[in-house]
Amino acid sequence: MNFSVLQFPASNCDQDAVHAVRLLGHSARLVWHKDASLGDADCIIVPGGFSYGDYLRCGAIARFSPVMQAVKQFADNGGLVLGVCNGFQVLTEAGLLPGALIRNRDLQFHCENIFLKTATNDSPFTSQIPAGKILRVPIAHGEGCYFADAETLAKLKANNQILWQYCDAAGNLTDSANPNGALQNIAGICNEKRNVAGLMPHPERACEPLLGSDDGKWIFESIFAALKSKTVAQAA
Amino acid sequence: MKAKIIITPKKAVLDPQGKTVQTALEHMGYTGVTGVHIGKYIEIDLVPGTDKVAATKALNDAAHKLLSNPVIEDYKLEVE
Repeated sequence: MNFSVLQFPASNCDQDAVHAVRLLGHSARLVWHKDASLGDADCIIVPGGFSYGDYLRCGAIARFSPVMQAVKQFADNGGLVLGVCNGFQVLTEAGLLPGALIRNRDLQFHCENIFLKTATNDSPFTSQIPAGKILRVPIAHGEGCYFADAETLAKLKANNQILWQYCDAAGNLTDSANPNGALQNIAGICNEKRNVAGLMPHPERACEPLLGSDDGKWIFESIFAALKSKTVAQAA
Repeated sequence: MKAKIIITPKKAVLDPQGKTVQTALEHMGYTGVTGVHIGKYIEIDLVPGTDKVAATKALNDAAHKLLSNPVIEDYKLEVE
């Protein structure tokens, strides 16, 4: 499977995303933000970093980069798109995901390991995560507090669009387990069509035991499985 | 010719910066402060003689798409 990882000025987790995908046995390439084409991609990753220096608002300028037209088209056609950290911010600014990411409630930049509870296995990004498994993944952000108005939150809940929530080691959704004040401990969501997802934690940094955790691989394995079944369906 | 845009966080949005500044003001001895909200101010220089109506329309569009995030912010636009 071919993954295209976008590169904006000041993206800094693009190489990690490429490395993680290749480590897990698939192809990945970098796509510069000025390219109009995504190449022959099966899945797009919008990586973490500080695109455009987080100027104005995180992801506010990156969303207008030429490549984002192709990403929107790709998403409209049902292609899988995963936004990580700044990538999640870019996707909300671009309107491909609902809500917004604002400043952490304690105004601190949080660089630490957190625990994630998978709220639903019913998505191409969570299908392979073992039931009940708490994922240990690092975060590194200053603006990761997920916000959406009451109406949007209700819709997310009703449509099962909340994919991951911050929890403690035992899987409890507590306030102290919430590093940034995100509403309902929301760490990641998907769109209504379930083909676009975003999360603040970095699964691409948790694919090797050497780096402290390989729990992140379950998210990639879910994507691989979804792409495989797509190919099988197309061939049939 | 100038456009002035004031961007403020929506009331429903958590404003920890505002809260922190409010606490600081209280610690400094200022009384009677019931809230602090921190936003942004943007000034855009325009070519002199630009049509005001057209500029306002274009800038409202820009404010809606780029300069502010309507999910979390409100804005006020003035063209002078």
